Amino acid sequence: MVKDQEYLRSKASYCLDLAKKLGATGSSVTVGHSISETVNFRNNTLDESNRSDGLAISIETYLGKKRSSISSSNLLDDNIKTLIEKCFETTKNTPEDEFNSLPDKELLAKEIKNLNLYDETHFDNEKKIEYLKELESVASSEEKIVNTESSFTENKSNFILANSDGFCNGYKSSSFSASCVTVAKDENSMERDYEFTSKRHLSDIKGAKELGEKASEQTIRKLSPNKIGSEKISIIFDKRIAKGMLGAFAGAISSNAIARGTSFLKDKINEQIFSETINVIDKPDMNKGVGSQIFDSEGVKSDTLNLIQNGILKNYLVDTYNGKKLNLKSNGRCGGTTNLYFDNGKISFEDLLKTNSKHIYVTETIGHGSNLVTGDYSVGATGFLIENGEFKFPVNEITIAGNFKDMFKNITLASDLDFEYSVNSPTMMIEGMTVAGK
Amino acid sequence: MSNFFDKSDLSRKDADKIVSDTLQNCDDGELYLEDTKSESILLDDNKIKSSSYSSDLGFGFRAITGEVVAYSHSNEISKDSLKKSSENLKSTLKSMKGTYNHDISRSNKKFYEDINPLEQKTLNSKLEVLNKVNEYLRKKDNSVKQVTTSFAGEQKSIEIIRSGGEVLTDVRPLIRFNVSVMLEKNGRKETGVYGIGGRQSYDEYLKNDNWKTVCEEAFRIASVNLESKPAPAGEMKVVLGPGWPAILIHEAIGHGLEGDFNRKKTSAFHDLMGQKVASEGVTIVDDGTIDNRRGSLTIDDEGTPTEKTVLIENGILKNFMQDRLNARLMNTKSTGSGRRENYRHVVLPRMRNTMMLSGNQTQEEMIKSVDKGIFAVSFGGGQVDITSGKFVFNCTEAYEINNGKIGSPIKGATLIGDGPSILKEVSMVGNDMMLDPGIGTCGKAGQGVPVGVAQPSILIDKMTVGGTKL
Repeated sequence: MVKDQEYLRSKASYCLDLAKKLGATGSSVTVGHSISETVNFRNNTLDESNRSDGLAISIETYLGKKRSSISSSNLLDDNIKTLIEKCFETTKNTPEDEFNSLPDKELLAKEIKNLNLYDETHFDNEKKIEYLKELESVASSEEKIVNTESSFTENKSNFILANSDGFCNGYKSSSFSASCVTVAKDENSMERDYEFTSKRHLSDIKGAKELGEKASEQTIRKLSPNKIGSEKISIIFDKRIAKGMLGAFAGAISSNAIARGTSFLKDKINEQIFSETINVIDKPDMNKGVGSQIFDSEGVKSDTLNLIQNGILKNYLVDTYNGKKLNLKSNGRCGGTTNLYFDNGKISFEDLLKTNSKHIYVTETIGHGSNLVTGDYSVGATGFLIENGEFKFPVNEITIAGNFKDMFKNITLASDLDFEYSVNSPTMMIEGMTVAGK
Repeated sequence: MSNFFDKSDLSRKDADKIVSDTLQNCDDGELYLEDTKSESILLDDNKIKSSSYSSDLGFGFRAITGEVVAYSHSNEISKDSLKKSSENLKSTLKSMKGTYNHDISRSNKKFYEDINPLEQKTLNSKLEVLNKVNEYLRKKDNSVKQVTTSFAGEQKSIEIIRSGGEVLTDVRPLIRFNVSVMLEKNGRKETGVYGIGGRQSYDEYLKNDNWKTVCEEAFRIASVNLESKPAPAGEMKVVLGPGWPAILIHEAIGHGLEGDFNRKKTSAFHDLMGQKVASEGVTIVDDGTIDNRRGSLTIDDEGTPTEKTVLIENGILKNFMQDRLNARLMNTKSTGSGRRENYRHVVLPRMRNTMMLSGNQTQEEMIKSVDKGIFAVSFGGGQVDITSGKFVFNCTEAYEINNGKIGSPIKGATLIGDGPSILKEVSMVGNDMMLDPGIGTCGKAGQGVPVGVAQPSILIDKMTVGGTKL
């Protein structure tokens, strides 16, 4: 069982009291406990079981505008005492920073709305094994599948965030995830692909059969790939890759990157950065949402943000420190986005495939080729060649490149959005990118 | 050295008993205890942005029978908690029976000293260096718009208790010093990053005003990139500079030669042992025994002393990197490559310092031989798909080569290649092998571990460059 709120609260208040006694003018503390159990299968047999039980505490102390922090996994009172003393000693010796402060009191979350983020169901290891057995028997049923690896993880956690301004809140959350990785082989190549599901509630995850079938199908269709020539071509990003564009976008509008001047989207508020049809929303209060939160990691209430409205940039992701630097109020995004998504486009998936006579459909990218300072983008890719709306053959060992500034303006979205993860996108087409191959 | 039983109701005797009792019917396993103290001090945007300290303590208890691994970890070192873990392991392996392998090699060699780098330099003197870096760079040129510099240090103490009471310990210091600078000129922004580090005290790396060298290098990379043109797209010849570009070897070859992927036959190399996988003259080793290097280890995280493992000798595939589990299942011995990020993670076979050894050609000869291609000097990072063998890495400093001469710098581009065939495309191996500056972290299955790389300049006859210019 995860530790209850009472236990976590008592640890938190012990820390706040101690920091005050030492002379800290402010302090904040997070105490969390998490238990997770994982079972892994490989080629239809049990491969690994893993139980993880972890307590963690992190404390920040202030002396006026001086600040420092410590963290530890050892919650024994005398260890905490030594650490807080060390922390405060460091605070005294750290130079002042005028922007250091606890969050504004009026922005702190007042009520804890129930978003159904906790499912107390315990899916014991025997049941996980049953699920994985079914999954793997389906995944390995095709002859071309030569290897399967799958995993089921159940996680329960609880936390409390408290600060010396009287904020003291926290809540439990859970997640259930299953994944399947399959390897297929034919006379020309060996390929790997995967399928994945993760939900707050056990009853919402994809079934074992569906997961196994999808992984197997997605892997087999990659066999015997070709390399293609280098050219400018329109690219369609599968949903699982399209959502990565939002990740890069979120990085570029974080108030940290903006305040430091290291983002290609600095000073772009109220400017057109996507085409007019594009809307990007970050919605923290989705019922059972994988990325849902009631307040951010500083205790600031998070509301829904329309980040992009008709292609225009409306908000940055602001925390307290960088907000003070930029003269903006925190919008509860310390720690980043919550449930981030592109709104649906107007065109169906099938019609999107037919917009040009030839496309590259990208199902996987590799490499860390996003430069958020310049907006340059270049990654390795795997996918398919599409001609006249039909999948022709698998393609690999190519790279795709462009610059986000141009790519964002050339996005067309399909109308097939669903909310599987904490970041979601419909299928996406971007025109005018360069493919490098032979 | 940490005393893990000092403040716990668990005595060493209790621990021995629980370990032996839990593992008696297993093939292998151990109790791994870890105590890590770490710090990070960051100067950014003209200010000390963060100063943090962390103390992490915990255990990981592992039991293995056949191919099945049961693992349980917790940060509560107590009798109750260890017993709970023991029950959890027993329940996973209840229907299986193994024979415990007590063999573990021992060595007295140490590759770094038992120091605590955090305590060897005061906070104020660390702050002083960071402030000097900031002032130095901002005064250097008015195109400097942002400076970020940091110290990160840790001391990790580990203790491994095996069934039968055998105990192995290690104390591992590790530090890193980093400088990142952003320049802006004529509306263009570019960054340059450089860092140094290893398993010695901060001052060992900072002597002779070495921080200035780090600043100069970060500034030089950013300046080069301010002048960069769009990179070409397509297949061409690539000359790699010495040192850090060896992450190509790490990605293209290294991961594919880790024991687990080969036992599971998911690596593109699994059936190539003894075969020619690289051009003649290409020799690659993975070495955990170089003094004070970031990827070096006195013992690995299972207690096996590390070694210098020959992976490829003169083009022929000789060995995989093994931990105890994969070695046992593949009928070979551990190469001291069993590593974990920390007590929260299971052991996996991992790289240490992966190096291509020198040949006898010069970098000039390589450049001269290229009509059209690129010269890549530094990289940001890479990734590999083990199964298809395709790998990428991103250039952070690269130039065009035209008619045997180095031309303009080009924008960061991704290079993509095929692991099993790339080393057959190596047509020249330089005489200038160099170690990287001590900054690498390798990720695998969600676990990051410090690693090193090294190589001489090499010429690759054919690789795809992912630029935008057709």
